[in-house]
Amino acid sequence: MSEIMMDVRNLVKKFYIGSPNELKILKELSLTVNKGEFISIVGASGSGKSTLMNVIGALDRPTTGEYILDGAPIQEMSDNELSDIRNRKIGFVFQNFNLIPRNSALKNVELPMLYAGYSRKERRERAEQLLELVGMQDRMHHLPNELSGGQKQRVAISRALSNEPAIILADEPTGALDSETGQMVMELFHKVNQTKGTTIILITHNHELAEETQRIVTLKDGRILSEVSNPNYQIDNRKWGNTNELY
Amino acid sequence: MNFTENILLALAGLRANKMRALLTMLGIIIGIASVIAIVTVGNSLNASITSSMEDMGANSIIVNIREKGDDSDEIGGGPPGMQTTAVAKPDEEDLLSEDDIETFTSRFSDKVANISISHGVGSAKAQDGRLYANVSVSGVNNGYEKANNLELLTGRFITERDIKSVRKVAVVSDKLVSNMFSNRENPLGKEIKIYDADSIETYTIVGIYKYEPSLFSTSSASEKDIDTGFYIPVTLAKLDATTKNYQTFTIVTKTGVDATLFTREIEDYFAKIYINNTKWEAGVMNMESTISSLTSMLDTVSIAIAVIAGISLLVGGIGVMNIMLVSVTERTREIGTRKALGAKNLNIMIQFIVESVIICIIGGLIGIVLGLLLGFFGASLLGYPATASPSIIVISVSLTMLIGVFFGYYPANKAAKLNPIEALRYE
Repeated sequence: MSEIMMDVRNLVKKFYIGSPNELKILKELSLTVNKGEFISIVGASGSGKSTLMNVIGALDRPTTGEYILDGAPIQEMSDNELSDIRNRKIGFVFQNFNLIPRNSALKNVELPMLYAGYSRKERRERAEQLLELVGMQDRMHHLPNELSGGQKQRVAISRALSNEPAIILADEPTGALDSETGQMVMELFHKVNQTKGTTIILITHNHELAEETQRIVTLKDGRILSEVSNPNYQIDNRKWGNTNELY
Repeated sequence: MNFTENILLALAGLRANKMRALLTMLGIIIGIASVIAIVTVGNSLNASITSSMEDMGANSIIVNIREKGDDSDEIGGGPPGMQTTAVAKPDEEDLLSEDDIETFTSRFSDKVANISISHGVGSAKAQDGRLYANVSVSGVNNGYEKANNLELLTGRFITERDIKSVRKVAVVSDKLVSNMFSNRENPLGKEIKIYDADSIETYTIVGIYKYEPSLFSTSSASEKDIDTGFYIPVTLAKLDATTKNYQTFTIVTKTGVDATLFTREIEDYFAKIYINNTKWEAGVMNMESTISSLTSMLDTVSIAIAVIAGISLLVGGIGVMNIMLVSVTERTREIGTRKALGAKNLNIMIQFIVESVIICIIGGLIGIVLGLLLGFFGASLLGYPATASPSIIVISVSLTMLIGVFFGYYPANKAAKLNPIEALRYE
């Protein structure tokens, strides 16, 4: 019924820790994510969450298996092609924000557009719009160390959105925030998901956060333990409105 | 990725670590500054020596009667201001008479264009009421003009007839003219009074030559008080002289004559004449060989210092590489983030090479400014006009860029090759 955004099939990721030993982290894992979905991947540490995220984020290639993102087969790509995929198709939101410390909020948001080759004017305009979207218009010229944790994460979300990615990959985005700020960040994800239709994959070990998403995928020992559609999930259009200012 | 963005990024990085950047640049600054300073001083020294020597005539050969065993090339009674105080005084018969010079000239008439003889009278003052000019009076012959490359502005030089008739005429410098005559006056034909210790003499000005400051006139007098040559017929100068003979004379060779070979011929000629003289002999030297030996000496010194500067640049380059490696390690997380956001290996590589080149170029520019200041200061201390060499500045800038690329490559490559997953995880 809906379009497939991401399709992972029989994904295997092995690490060689000196022959003949090898460590199989992901074991024949398959997962499909539809366009516009907001899913969460949960699992205890050691379950293969990070490895899966690296592969989904095109930071790493699978050992075997297929990974198709927005129609493009990732497993066959060169390093430079992977860079392009990360640049245009994937928006990263990290637990520890990973903002460039010497760049202002605005410059941080411009960065992916810089690598994508947009002109200075285009970058500036779009970065300003995105920062406005997350309510950071007053702090655009501040350096990351002048911002609070919640503010940093909002800048990071703006940055993740800057090249209109196919998916946003959020790795424990509230892990370094207090619960109130964390909730604010989660609401922002919902807003982006609702208003812009961006597919979001939230990776967390926090079941409470996962409860807020459309579908919960639980990993254990490199396999999918369960995939549950969230009966409590509902689209609250009243809350987010239909602000399509960016499209 | 945008190139100017890289430059801005590098500059921002340097601003964030000013002290570190400056210390890193120090090696480059010292290296470039010393190269520039040495070249500037060396150039001005070289130019001054060469031009002074050429003023004296590059195709001149100087014959100088000197004490036996004294191999120095010092010239007694040479150009004004350079008379050496001889310890021993030669007797009249040790010196060269006019006839001796005449015989010599006719013997080598195929090679000699001119003979210049001069007799220094001494310093004196030209005065006319409140107007005055310091002069150094020399008796000269008609060959002096050519041998010393005097540039006659107007009038004529001392002629053979002036000498024969012992006329009271003088050729003066334009400096004297500007000191003593108004612009509207034509000084030619005017009389001028010369005051020395015990007499006043009046001469008629017949010619004006262009005054060129000489390397050898290192007087500290103000511009207005500088001694300039005041040339009168040699016979007139010799009237009161104790000796009628000459210790030195200058030969201007005809064009096409090999100065080195001719010098040897002259040496042989005078060696025969002085063979029985126990105390005195004739020293013969030509300007060309003197200039080339002087400049080659300067070149050797320059090369030695350039080698030291080169070592300083090498050390500076290694310092840049070291600090770039530190910078790559410090910014591992940033590199990981950039890669996650879509930076290609080449983007990262260029970012770090640009940073290293910027460090080197800024260091180089500081070095050039410092070197020029030092060079000009050094040249003025030695009393020579400083000449900055544009080519060495261009070479310096290119050299620093090259150092930046060369020593920045390894750290930049290391940064580019970082695994993004590990870089993101780096604490």
